Amino acid sequence: MSPPDLPMAEADIQWTLPARGPVAMYCLIAAEAAIFTIFVVAYIFYIGKSLTGPQPQDVLRVPIFFTICLLSSSLTIQFAVKLLRSGKVRSFALWWLLTIALGAVFLAGTAREWRHLIYDQGLTIQTNLFGTTYYSLVGLHAFHVTVGLLALVTVAIFTLLGYVRQEHAERAEVLSMYWHFVDVVWVVVFIVVYIAGR
Amino acid sequence: MSTESIALARPTTAPTSLVERLHEWVTTVDHKRLGILYILYALLFLLIGGVEAIIMRIQLIRPHNDFVSPQVFNRMFTMHGTTMIFFVIMPVMFGFANYLIPLMIGARDMAFPRLNAFSFWMTAFGGLLLYFSFVGGDGLYGAGNAPDVGWFAYAPLTSQTFSRGHSTDFWVLSVLVSGFGSVGTAINIIATIMCMRCKGMTLGKMPLLAWLNFTMGGLVILAVSPLTAAQLMLLVDRYLGGHFFDTQAGGSAVMWMHFFWVFGHPEVYVLVIPAFAFASEIIPVFSRKAIFGYPVMVAATICIGFISMSVWAHHMFTVGMSSAANTFFVLSTMAIAVPTGIKIFNWLATMWGGNIDFTVPMLFCTAFLFQFLIAGLTGIMQGAAPFDWQLTASYFVIAHFHYVIVGGILFTLFGAFYYWFPKMSGRMYNENLGKLHFWLFIIGFHLTFDFMHIAGVLGMPRRIYTYEPGRGWDVWNLIVTIGVFFQAAGILVFISNLLWSYRRGEVAGSDPWDGWTLEWSTTSPPPTYNFATIPEVKSRRPLWDLKHPEDPDWLYE
Repeated sequence: MSPPDLPMAEADIQWTLPARGPVAMYCLIAAEAAIFTIFVVAYIFYIGKSLTGPQPQDVLRVPIFFTICLLSSSLTIQFAVKLLRSGKVRSFALWWLLTIALGAVFLAGTAREWRHLIYDQGLTIQTNLFGTTYYSLVGLHAFHVTVGLLALVTVAIFTLLGYVRQEHAERAEVLSMYWHFVDVVWVVVFIVVYIAGR
Repeated sequence: MSTESIALARPTTAPTSLVERLHEWVTTVDHKRLGILYILYALLFLLIGGVEAIIMRIQLIRPHNDFVSPQVFNRMFTMHGTTMIFFVIMPVMFGFANYLIPLMIGARDMAFPRLNAFSFWMTAFGGLLLYFSFVGGDGLYGAGNAPDVGWFAYAPLTSQTFSRGHSTDFWVLSVLVSGFGSVGTAINIIATIMCMRCKGMTLGKMPLLAWLNFTMGGLVILAVSPLTAAQLMLLVDRYLGGHFFDTQAGGSAVMWMHFFWVFGHPEVYVLVIPAFAFASEIIPVFSRKAIFGYPVMVAATICIGFISMSVWAHHMFTVGMSSAANTFFVLSTMAIAVPTGIKIFNWLATMWGGNIDFTVPMLFCTAFLFQFLIAGLTGIMQGAAPFDWQLTASYFVIAHFHYVIVGGILFTLFGAFYYWFPKMSGRMYNENLGKLHFWLFIIGFHLTFDFMHIAGVLGMPRRIYTYEPGRGWDVWNLIVTIGVFFQAAGILVFISNLLWSYRRGEVAGSDPWDGWTLEWSTTSPPPTYNFATIPEVKSRRPLWDLKHPEDPDWLYE
């Protein structure tokens, strides 16, 4: 497969391997993507198959503001990691807290939407097939946002206590990969639920 | 190459107490100990799952037998299938991967030792949860105990209406929990192989075992996760009143079948690819030749990995898919025979002209080649939709997949047990007992599963608890059951060989097989740190290079 090696000093060979954190995170993202794929497929397959109302076009409103919040949090976390890499811990903390705030606003938006659907429209997970698939898919995503927020808050606490330094940038970056993934999933959920599904 | 490990004097302190030793095992994050925990755990469940199989076969030994009730029979086949797939073969493969990969790639541990321990205990907890159903499955309804919905648990059988009590919940939760463990281990395996290889070990110089387990890890990630998703949906249906698989409310039972088999078929390759890995390590060593066609073996494995994710609906030809879908899944199923065939030819070519030494591991691997070929051929038969329409859900199917799982996977697994037992325990197994195990098991295997094909062709459906006399099935069922007792005897010989050899076997030394991969360069059993100095490799057979400095492999690779 490779050309025959010539005898040479082994010490001269460059030997670098990828860092284990990002590799593991890519694997986790692949696994999570597979889970979401199944839920998205189920959602798409069941569009229009509910036997009773309410139907999505009657009750769903497009959450544009909250979507903008979540997607921009991807930018802010990117800035934060970049700042940490260059050692600016204070600005890092600022952008990191802004990321948390944007994520929290998004979650609050989901909560408000669910409250509206449950109390005003009478749609629960038991009502019909739309309710089952909608709450499962959006709920699974909201669960991932929550887990991400918990991780972000943990880092924020450590930062405020002064434990986070420049050399932790790589770990913050691994966490930011997860956060980007959660945002990308939202793009898919948004298209499927609020555009294609209505 | 400097792989000579330092022989450390054993600490001469008094032996630690049992509690302390147990505590060490429970809290361990060492890949070798976790590997052994995985393997022992799987062996325990192998015995349990085997007893369940024996109960079923005694029930079917003659028509109108009443050894167990129909309800118990349903529980037995459900528990047997679930146990063998999720709590025997998967953990045992993870165990060997855990134990061997760091040793083979010259690392001191897995990439994430604590994740490793977490994954093992999740799997262990899953198994306990499944068997706790015998106690707790009744719920408040007094409605049956262990799960009885079959290992693929088709809807609507799993709905609250048809599955009262908690038996199905135990099935769902145990598989879900062990799935988290499986994904954790898979991530760990991939990260270990990507990030922990010793100097000089490029991907093209990795032992095939590492390559194949790498593929297995990828398949676990992509296949077990859909099952996790489907189980979550089933929980939503059962506990929150959802309608995913509720046909009364517009849901679809066929969706469950798709979701299950999207997991279920790659799962077969999750189980068999590590078995291929064992064969790829054992056959060259006992043929005294390097593996034939290494790059092609790697390519074929990756190819199998990809194709295996597009064949799932060949389990569903009878549900009434469109003819386009049927055609697609027939063709993709046929296509997977090509890379698999390549592998079989490569193993044969490795043996060809070799100086073959039929020790017990090699005997098992040779039998594997023949049996796996037959399993593959009956697989192609059933991959043809019209043939499958005739024989689906018959004993022909049972015979086919047991040919894969027992004749293919379990045989190489026994080979792996005997091959690496000296490394893990430091002692040789008893060769005569090993040969006795082999012959008992191969006789039992062929009595059981060869004749099952005939009962299947004669129309005997799977999962029936009894049958009418005079359908031509009686004699075949009798032979099949007799075979099971030969297999059980073989397993008992195997277990007693392990136990006896662990205490009384000859001391093996670090390299009893004159092997070529790095695990044989350290002591048996290896020290906690594996290698005193991290080795450097220049070829696929670093120990060959070390032993034959006048003619090293890296001149030719």
